[in-house]
Amino acid sequence: MRSRRLVGTANSRLPLPLAGRGQGWGYAAKGGDGRRRVGASTKASALAPPSPTPSPRGGRGFERTSQILLVAIGIAALATGGQAAETPRYGIGRTPTPAEIAGWDIDVRADGAGLPPGHGTVSDGQAVYEHKCAACHGDQGQGDPMDALVGGKGTLATAKPVRTVGSYWPYATTLYDYVHRAMPFNAPQSLTPDQVYAVTAYVLFLNGIVPKGAVMDFRSLPRVRMPNRNGFTSPDPRPDVPRR
Amino acid sequence: MTDRRSDPLSPTRRNLLRASAALAGAAAATPRAAGADTGDNLPPNVPAWMKTQGAPVLSPPYGEPSPFEKTVVRRQRTRTQTQTAASSQTPLQDLHGIITPSGLHFERHHAGVPAIDPAQHRLMLHGMVERPLIFSMDDLARFPSVSRVHFLECSGNGSWAGLGTEATVQQTHGLISCSEWTGVLLSTVLGEAGVKPGAAWVLAEGADASAMSRSIPIGNALDDAILAYAQNGERLRPEQGYPLRLFLPGLEGNMSVKWLRRLKVGDQPFETREETSKYTDLMPDGTARQFTFVMEARSVITFPSGGQRLADRGFVEISGLAWSGRGRITRVDVSTDGGASWRDAVLQAPVMSKCLTRFRCPWTWTGEVARLQSRATDQTGYVQQSKAELVDARGLNSGYHLNAIHEWRLAPDGAVTNEV
Repeated sequence: MRSRRLVGTANSRLPLPLAGRGQGWGYAAKGGDGRRRVGASTKASALAPPSPTPSPRGGRGFERTSQILLVAIGIAALATGGQAAETPRYGIGRTPTPAEIAGWDIDVRADGAGLPPGHGTVSDGQAVYEHKCAACHGDQGQGDPMDALVGGKGTLATAKPVRTVGSYWPYATTLYDYVHRAMPFNAPQSLTPDQVYAVTAYVLFLNGIVPKGAVMDFRSLPRVRMPNRNGFTSPDPRPDVPRR
Repeated sequence: MTDRRSDPLSPTRRNLLRASAALAGAAAATPRAAGADTGDNLPPNVPAWMKTQGAPVLSPPYGEPSPFEKTVVRRQRTRTQTQTAASSQTPLQDLHGIITPSGLHFERHHAGVPAIDPAQHRLMLHGMVERPLIFSMDDLARFPSVSRVHFLECSGNGSWAGLGTEATVQQTHGLISCSEWTGVLLSTVLGEAGVKPGAAWVLAEGADASAMSRSIPIGNALDDAILAYAQNGERLRPEQGYPLRLFLPGLEGNMSVKWLRRLKVGDQPFETREETSKYTDLMPDGTARQFTFVMEARSVITFPSGGQRLADRGFVEISGLAWSGRGRITRVDVSTDGGASWRDAVLQAPVMSKCLTRFRCPWTWTGEVARLQSRATDQTGYVQQSKAELVDARGLNSGYHLNAIHEWRLAPDGAVTNEV
């Protein structure tokens, strides 16, 4: 990989590691990194071709494909010469491969950055939900035994607030992010992007936020306007209790 | 998972005791049989344990508390729907000084404790950095390191409702612990990667089955945040994030992501479930405060505390813990009359920033009803407030950051109960 070699060149100009304290863990052979995860390259290879409109997985976020990033770093390192040496450098760690990053880079931001290709409909989502979610969250998302996903509208300012996806969550994208990373409880990260889009669509439908014909994908999901979108305040106003 | 400390009388332990007893030719070496009831080991008799050799070295190789201390364990306040998305609390009533033994550090897991092979654990650092990097545990141990003593407190420590007069301090305040944490400063590792201009937030993600994730302001990340791999002199316990956790001194515990596998630098918060749906503070008007990170000054009396009973009138050393996420504790006041009058407590040195501080206050109990309170002040001048003042400011729907003054009621018969 050309880009990695460039980075390596930049590294080799820098001071030797300042600290070799011999307090390692004592088991890992150096250079034992980089084992490819099964399926690690799936998302990378599924990257959409360059497009002027928003594209999934990095086309619109700050992080374009890792490949481009690495090339840019290599160029920057060559162009600036010793600039990197201005910051402390120990020469510890290595550059992750694009496949390594793609396999672990699972977060989805509020603006949709990080959403993968794929799509899902409300009706597809109903099938996923009934099979994988209803046992814990209720057949209509009413909850019991676990968190309610539906309902609670108009309760936030009452003595018994009910915080659900519909009444409380400010971003629909968070639903995708969380379902993918942590659900189903007994098999997290097992759903395909199509399944996650679909079940997200269904939960939004159950809350009356999207119509029955809605299709969720990397374009439509960030555009979903959540009812409590403006319900959050920051920064932290504390200390908020007047001094005695 | 099983905690070997949870059952000091395990078959292995029993066998060990039996073996040592047989070796010494003594018949009565089991913990409860040593004449505790009969007084056979009290003066003027020579105690049984002076007449025979004790247990040999390395029994066991990793030392355990005395079998007589088997009640000093973490406990769960209420059993939850799942035992992997759950918490357990530190027995503050049984502890001394400021350090929490690692096996008694409170737990809060969102998908159980993963069994991570450190040889196959990696930390990935990417996003808005000049040089994306990936580190093995060996790599991280090579960086310059720091050791610092800090408390860790869950922002859900304590609640307005659900606890009765029988509650112990373990139940009311047990989601706080204090350890010496060792690791590399996050600022050191971020410097290695080179943070790009415009970076404002860092996503931290765990390698558990919830891939727990939180957004950390870059200012906190570059201040005193630690990538910790050791706790109280040994590698982290699995329940505390083995082999690597983020540690953010003074901030709500959920942000100190355990089993840390990934850091992604960005220009805006990532709006994860844990910082939107959870860990936000609902106000009476229906809006919710988001990104309320710091754990404000708080204190609690651990002796005498709920569930304990004073056997005798006379001298009582009131003792407790105080802490602040904004720095050092500068003063603790103690009241025995429900806050009508206050006395200065003595702070045990060293008093460290964002660390538990032990306070003590000598008192003579003459047998009257007493209402025991403590009130902490920190280096910013912040004074811990009453529950009524807190409710005035925030209402009752905010379940996090409840740092009000706490009261124990001491009855004439010596019984101590939780004031609700």
